[in-house]
Amino acid sequence: MIWVDTIVQGILLGGLYALFAAGLSLVFGIMRLVNLAHGDFIVMAAYLILVLVTLLGLSPFLAAAIAAPAMYLTGWLLQKHLLNRTLGTDILPPLLVTFGLSIALQNALLEGFSADSQRLPTGAISTASIDLGIVNVGVLPLLTFGSAVAVIVGLNQLFYRTELGRAFRATSDDATTASLMGIRPSNIFAKAMAIAMLVVTLAALYLGMRSNFDPSIGPARLIYAFQAVIIGGLGSLWGTLAGGIIIGLSQTIGAAINPEWQILAGHVAFLLVLLVRPRGLFPRAVD
Amino acid sequence: MTDVNASPRYVVSTHTRASQITATAAVAIFVVLVFLPFFAGRGLIQDMFFILTMLVLAQFWNLLAGYGGMVSIGQQAFVGMGAYAMFGGVILAGMDPIPAILLGGIAALIVAIPTAFFAFRLQGPYFAIGTWVIAEVMRLVMAQVQALGGGTGTSLPRAATREMWATEWIAELFDVRNSAARDILTYWLALALAAATIAATYALLRSKRGLALSAVRDNPEAAKSVGVDAGRMKWFVFLTSAFGTGLAGALIYVQKARVSPDAAFSVTDWTAYVLFIVIIGGIGTIEGPIVGVIIFFLLQSLLADYGSWYLFTLGIIGIVVMLFAPRGIWGLITDKTGIQLFPVRRRLSGGKLDTIKN
Repeated sequence: MIWVDTIVQGILLGGLYALFAAGLSLVFGIMRLVNLAHGDFIVMAAYLILVLVTLLGLSPFLAAAIAAPAMYLTGWLLQKHLLNRTLGTDILPPLLVTFGLSIALQNALLEGFSADSQRLPTGAISTASIDLGIVNVGVLPLLTFGSAVAVIVGLNQLFYRTELGRAFRATSDDATTASLMGIRPSNIFAKAMAIAMLVVTLAALYLGMRSNFDPSIGPARLIYAFQAVIIGGLGSLWGTLAGGIIIGLSQTIGAAINPEWQILAGHVAFLLVLLVRPRGLFPRAVD
Repeated sequence: MTDVNASPRYVVSTHTRASQITATAAVAIFVVLVFLPFFAGRGLIQDMFFILTMLVLAQFWNLLAGYGGMVSIGQQAFVGMGAYAMFGGVILAGMDPIPAILLGGIAALIVAIPTAFFAFRLQGPYFAIGTWVIAEVMRLVMAQVQALGGGTGTSLPRAATREMWATEWIAELFDVRNSAARDILTYWLALALAAATIAATYALLRSKRGLALSAVRDNPEAAKSVGVDAGRMKWFVFLTSAFGTGLAGALIYVQKARVSPDAAFSVTDWTAYVLFIVIIGGIGTIEGPIVGVIIFFLLQSLLADYGSWYLFTLGIIGIVVMLFAPRGIWGLITDKTGIQLFPVRRRLSGGKLDTIKN
């Protein structure tokens, strides 16, 4: 019984990791940019939601809805005015600029909010659970997982059913040719980063309601997100969900054996997949 | 029959006047630094130790990223493994800390083999995060080793630090206490390591292998087509860098005399700082890390009282330099003056070239 419970918890935790990873996967898929500050943006969004909750007394969900446009704009400006300048054949500039951003963001948050851990107030939802016969499932983890699936369905629809999605795919395949067709890659990239920031806001909402956070936890979230993307295979959003679930499962199973092994088990699962399937489980992109 | 128009021989050389002056100056600086403990206080010696060890880490990261094209964010793996292997040698095997430093380098070299095996499966930016994950794995594994203090860490046994090689001799020579003698000893070792690192890197870059390395970085396909084994170069650079980083890590922790997984595998201390040193100074040059480490030290002394604003500023400076002067401060200086202290560019002279000039 305990094992069934562990596995269900692991899968649901995977939903959170898939949310961390979806934004990273989207940005990499379109502009081959790995944003090393991704985890820190999740933490920043969590603080933004926290500020709105404390100042205006809103529920976290409403606060996230207000934070989302602000994060969208942040992402757009960041990409348009900073990160677009770093794109090119050399991988060093984007890596180092986003790494610098990560360090700067962490320390700005530390200065602004101190190192104390915070948590979003959740009310009844954090303790509510549904009895599924064999196991009891928390409403919040279920909601997180459902949101992750919804985000992935939504992004897939956006990619394959809309004009913007077509522009995304065209720019991803060949930015030069796309620009001949009247697409401006710099704007497309800015939109992609902005949309990634919407996903980041959602991830931040669930992160903040589920567990404590402080300014230093960003890099670890980046690593989980990265592992989910690599396990799933680059360019596949459903693969990213599967990757998130694998990391979530290994962590919960590791923790069930020995609480100190939780994080380590996730890393080991990642290395094992890398060993057996270097291109991930469901690779789509060539790189 | 001899050719009456035979030209004088062509000569390929990398020397310039600046490089000859540099060579002389470097020897002079080295001698002054060797004798520094005779007239400097303990604080300066400790600062110099910090500068020199950071310089070594920066040179090895520069070799990896600037010349080898492998941007790693996992150098803390080798600092940490070097430190822990040294502690293991002292605590578990009863070694003297000084020879145990070598053990640190070897341990880093050994763990670098599986690390490279995994990390080389990842390309470009993913390589960067991959190395970071592996460093995290090592941190979590070392936190499980109870014999070396587990998650909370451990200190070098008192007896081992007091009876460390040569400390008694130094204590007598300078008439100082045992702890100050230890600082002088580690300073000398750091100086030797830094000098050896710079000399070896320069020798490597001027050799055939160095040429192959630059070729692979600039265009792997073209390099392969002229017979350079790109894969082997990557392994060579990665393992060399790990070994040097491990030595530096072990040496740093001989001086600190206390280790914990979070400190020894810290991404900020051993990778972020090193990265900024190289970027700000100028990546892909030997001069860059030297300039960078001096600026880094000045910034740190200047902003020491501002806590996290210091790191914030460092991050922003890193971004600005990367955007507006991607080849760093040394790059700006070279562009303006053309000076290269450690030139590696091969220039052809002699033969018909001289006749044409005349």
